[in-house]
Amino acid sequence: MPARVTPLGDSALLVAFEPAIDASLNARVLSLAERVRARRIPGVRDVVPAYASCAVHFDPLRTDRAELDAAIGDAMAASAAARVADPAASTVHIPVCYGGPFGPDLEAVATFARASEDEVVRLHVEREYRVFMIGFLPGFAYLGTVDERIAAPRRPTPRGLVRSGSVGLAGRQTGVYPVDAPGGWQIIGRTPLQLFDAASDDPARLSPGDAVRFVPIDPDEFARTARRRA
Amino acid sequence: MTRVVVYRAGLLTTIQDEGRWGHQAAGVPVSGPMDGWSHRLANLLVGNGRDAPTLEVTATGPDLRFEGPAMIAIAGARFAGEIDDRRWTSPVVLEARAGSRLTFGARQHGLRAYIAAGGGFDAPLVLGSRATDVRSRLGGLAGRPLRDGDSLRVLGTAHASRSVPPDAGWMLSAEPCRLRIMRGPEPGRAAEEAYEALLSSVFTVSPRSDRMGYHLAGASVPIDAAPRISAPVATGVVQVPPAGAPVLLMSDRQTTGGYAAVAAVITADLPRAGQLGPGDHLAFDACEADAALLALIASERTLLALEGR
Repeated sequence: MPARVTPLGDSALLVAFEPAIDASLNARVLSLAERVRARRIPGVRDVVPAYASCAVHFDPLRTDRAELDAAIGDAMAASAAARVADPAASTVHIPVCYGGPFGPDLEAVATFARASEDEVVRLHVEREYRVFMIGFLPGFAYLGTVDERIAAPRRPTPRGLVRSGSVGLAGRQTGVYPVDAPGGWQIIGRTPLQLFDAASDDPARLSPGDAVRFVPIDPDEFARTARRRA
Repeated sequence: MTRVVVYRAGLLTTIQDEGRWGHQAAGVPVSGPMDGWSHRLANLLVGNGRDAPTLEVTATGPDLRFEGPAMIAIAGARFAGEIDDRRWTSPVVLEARAGSRLTFGARQHGLRAYIAAGGGFDAPLVLGSRATDVRSRLGGLAGRPLRDGDSLRVLGTAHASRSVPPDAGWMLSAEPCRLRIMRGPEPGRAAEEAYEALLSSVFTVSPRSDRMGYHLAGASVPIDAAPRISAPVATGVVQVPPAGAPVLLMSDRQTTGGYAAVAAVITADLPRAGQLGPGDHLAFDACEADAALLALIASERTLLALEGR
């Protein structure tokens, strides 16, 4: 599949594939990002992969554009063969306490799904998800793809404050708020795990390409895990 | 090392350096000064490197007491003020002694000023930067703006000062402020028409605007309502949501966005954009990549020439 390389202003380039939420396309984007990063081209400040595109941010006064363009061309060619990694290789398990005060929108999602709350939880934990990209907030992972039956749209009015650890749904995407923030996703549960730590050099617990499974826990276990963390 | 006591913090005063680069893939915004040119000018006037942390002042300045000697420079928005009962007008280089009181008064133009002190203002390094990102609560003083009663540290004392160049008030710009834009990555006819609409209207910076971005009012820019998959963005990108009110992404922007990226303000013009505030008017002119690079080289030359004096 061909990609377009276009300016994203004069200090960044965007390598964009035909937009789609697709694991093998995303694997190709991640491979491309890794290859550009590995060239360590002077002046390149950030390489940012997303679902189906990747930005390369650079300082135009310190970057040899011919070298950068060649590196992107090489990476595009080499990444064409990228494959989705064996999902068993790096599966992150995230414990989640569903419903009640932890998941104020579980009831609304159950209504949307015309199913019981238990059934919504079952459909949410049944699947293994892929981390497609990190964005929106520090450490916020976009996970897909959610079972169509529980793919409720965003709330009509966003909440002013979503607590850190909250697990949300937005259509066929699911994700965990790593920090307190305003947000419009349907909140169905909360994890006691800390998914973003600014004190670490590798601050986000989840990385693009990771596989994620949610594991239901009860409020007692939530409290125990949260205490261990504190 | 000199301690600085914050008597009054001002409206929104934050510690900024050149930004938190290298962590956007983890969703961490870059942040950094809204007017990077004036941040650098203030730093070079006191002999600092470009990445030394400065205080970014917004609309109303702080009231500071220096408990030891420090060389200070103020650049960016044009303020008047006093140090030890002597009046100053920025851009300016000032020498503080133990007990000096630096106050800010009226602002003539621009919105954001930068206070540099020889050696730089100290703050813990968070993910490689001291820049304050208030929304993500990262950097600076525990990720928040200065508050009355805070105590800061200046990491040095004896720094050579340079004289203030006569053309340092360069950002005094016409009304409306004209910013050069390049066509953004969003493909298609609708984006092309939206780009043309950006070039033919005058916009007002709305009161909802902040360090993340400016919401632009005054003209509706047509774009289709097709949903878009989140993609990386950059500072200066002009996004057009389906409702048609463009958003100019600034220093604290998110790393990715889900709206059509129709245009991007060229890097050389971002410092002038950073001086805009609610109610200010702006208009866009078309620019090509070659001209954008030449403009950036020209503004870099001005700074290098000042550095070399």
